[in-house]
Amino acid sequence: MDLNLHLWTIPALCFSGFLLNLLFGRLWSRTAAAIVGVGVVGAAFLDALWVVSHWGSFVAPYLEIHRPWIQTGSLYIPFGFQLDQLSLVMLLIVTGVGFLIHLYSAGYMAHEGGFYRYFALLNLFMFFMLVLVLANNYLLMFIGWEGVGFASYMLIGFFFRRDSAASAGMKAFVVNRIGDFGFLLGLFLIFNHFGTFEFTRVFSQVKQLPVEAAWHWAGPLTIIALMLFVGATGKSAQIPLYVWLPDAMEGPTPVSALIHAATMVTAGVYMVCRSATIYDRAPFAGSVVLAIGALTALFAASIGLVQRDIKKVLAYSTVSQLGYMFMACGAMAYGAGVFHLMTHAFFKGLLFLGAGSVIHAMNGEQDMFRIQQMAPGGLRRYAPITFWTFVVATCAIAGIPGFSGFFSKDLILYSVLSGGNTLWWAVGTLAALLTSFYMFRAVFVTFFGEGEKSVHSAHPTGRESASVHDVAHDHETTGMAHAEGHGVPHESPLTMTLPLMILALLALGGGWVGIGDRFGHFLDPVFDTGVPRAAVSGITEGTVTLISVVMGLLGLAVAWFLYLRSKGTADKLAAAFSGLHRTLTNKYWVDEFYRAVIVVPLTAIARYILWKGVDSGLIDGVVNGVGGASQALSGGLRRQASGNLRSYASWIGAGAVLALLYVIVAGR
Amino acid sequence: MIPLSYYLILSAILFCLGVAGFIIKTDVITVFISIELMLNGVNLSFVAFSHFLRDIGGNIFVFFVMVVAAAEAAVGLAIIIAVYRNRTTLNVDKMNLLKL
Repeated sequence: MDLNLHLWTIPALCFSGFLLNLLFGRLWSRTAAAIVGVGVVGAAFLDALWVVSHWGSFVAPYLEIHRPWIQTGSLYIPFGFQLDQLSLVMLLIVTGVGFLIHLYSAGYMAHEGGFYRYFALLNLFMFFMLVLVLANNYLLMFIGWEGVGFASYMLIGFFFRRDSAASAGMKAFVVNRIGDFGFLLGLFLIFNHFGTFEFTRVFSQVKQLPVEAAWHWAGPLTIIALMLFVGATGKSAQIPLYVWLPDAMEGPTPVSALIHAATMVTAGVYMVCRSATIYDRAPFAGSVVLAIGALTALFAASIGLVQRDIKKVLAYSTVSQLGYMFMACGAMAYGAGVFHLMTHAFFKGLLFLGAGSVIHAMNGEQDMFRIQQMAPGGLRRYAPITFWTFVVATCAIAGIPGFSGFFSKDLILYSVLSGGNTLWWAVGTLAALLTSFYMFRAVFVTFFGEGEKSVHSAHPTGRESASVHDVAHDHETTGMAHAEGHGVPHESPLTMTLPLMILALLALGGGWVGIGDRFGHFLDPVFDTGVPRAAVSGITEGTVTLISVVMGLLGLAVAWFLYLRSKGTADKLAAAFSGLHRTLTNKYWVDEFYRAVIVVPLTAIARYILWKGVDSGLIDGVVNGVGGASQALSGGLRRQASGNLRSYASWIGAGAVLALLYVIVAGR
Repeated sequence: MIPLSYYLILSAILFCLGVAGFIIKTDVITVFISIELMLNGVNLSFVAFSHFLRDIGGNIFVFFVMVVAAAEAAVGLAIIIAVYRNRTTLNVDKMNLLKL
């Protein structure tokens, strides 16, 4: 076709921002660095809109193949971009929400060091993420996959002087790498079976294959699907590889919003949706995806119930919501998964940015209970825009009718149930209840408080997460002797509140595109994999919706009761169920378990066997041994040259005898 | 006739005695005597073969050997005298300046 959309310009713009800030950021003022950093993403968003404006003038998928990257033998991998409905949606989300977060960062990071480095890395991340969603083959997607992992590592460890941040960055990268191992195995199998990595070619071949049996875990498509999903559990923080995401909160809050809520963690969901053709024909893998998604949703939601740090609440919430997206994919309702991905980008991005606004207002304090103490009268009176946008996002995530999350989450639960998976539907619904509860708990604790709004308020500086300490309820603010910092908690500047408001509108209205499954029908051509989906259930959508709404409202009510109405009850409940409470507070001791079972043995093997044994012992031993042996040999030989005449004579005589013997023997 | 082997065995014995003396003795003069003994043992072997193979070349070679022996004895004794003047000892073990 004649239409050239120049898709490559979209990632290229972000990459140029990275280069510019990397090379010249030191020389520019902060304003210039921000203009470049935010501007390129804005330009990329406009570019994406321009591309969208041409929608309809071509037959999807639109392929844009540039020069080949690898071309040897039968292996052909081009630098190619693909635009179809799925990548269009992802493109708009990444550039749109990305732009808003970049804008927000300009305000949030205004007082931080490393300003241009931040924007350079954020632009680099955008570049890789766009490569990931626009790629037309698995290997190019993998470049983006790895690249966003790298950018995430750099950004989590942005405050690199802090040990916890550096370790969190490493943890994220290493855990991701474990997932990537599975992903690579999947890629190798794909090439082995289909001889190509390009989506169109792979899927056209897959469509010729039959659907594998539901119990058969070792069919070729199932193994591929499972291996790819291992990669997705790493990237999208599902059980068992979710452990890096809560630690990733060490990074700056806009990073958490962009990477760990709206975009990077959704890469796994995107990949599974892209591979829908494979997953539809591998029902065992589909069940695994569904099960892990549901379990993760519940598991993470349960941990979020007892968190004190506002960002940690949101981190576990993200893990949980990603579980919902995978539930949808596992139930072959990929459209619902993408829909939730979109609404989640809106409301979770908003939640994180709002949390950042709170942290900014409270000068670095992240513990919700301390915030409640430090803002007499409730933070909502000091930072109303932050408060109301945060409430909008919370209603969205809790599934309050009318907000975007209501439509998407409801669609997922209905799809899961109508596929016959009653157990997982129940798990998902329970998780929805917990979600609503802990989110409203966060709202009520952070923004509501006792007392009169004051104009003078002292609070400590510092950006570390709060350590655990006991909270009694209406004790007066203690330890407020040092009155450094900004002073009174205050609303954030416009560069931060404007994105909040825009995202709030999206979180409010973004769900209406899903009415009547319009969004799903838009995406249908992508997910038309040739495998019919049987709708099994007898329950109508109305009943399911009703139950979900009841759960949402119930969570709200319980949170209201425990945290606004009757304040001592929460602690009494915690004391009454102290074992359970301790388990949740310690995150089910998963990190400790991994440490004991994986980290300690590995470091022991590395230290004692590989380092001391093989490297020092064997390799150094061989090298030193060669030297030692030659020294010993020469030491022995040296004795022959003694200067002693008689020994020389003896050697000559012995040599002569040997020569004679040789002549005699050889002459026979 | 005396068989060839008798001459050869005698020659071998003389040669081995010469080698033994050369290796075992500590006095330099005695070492030289042993060298002469070795040479004469070889001379005997040449002469015996010359007689038994009726080839005059063996006898001629003996002359060569004797000339070489004489020259070598002369030079060797000159060296011994020079060494003695430096070291006042004729113990061959003490002449060990060639060591590394």
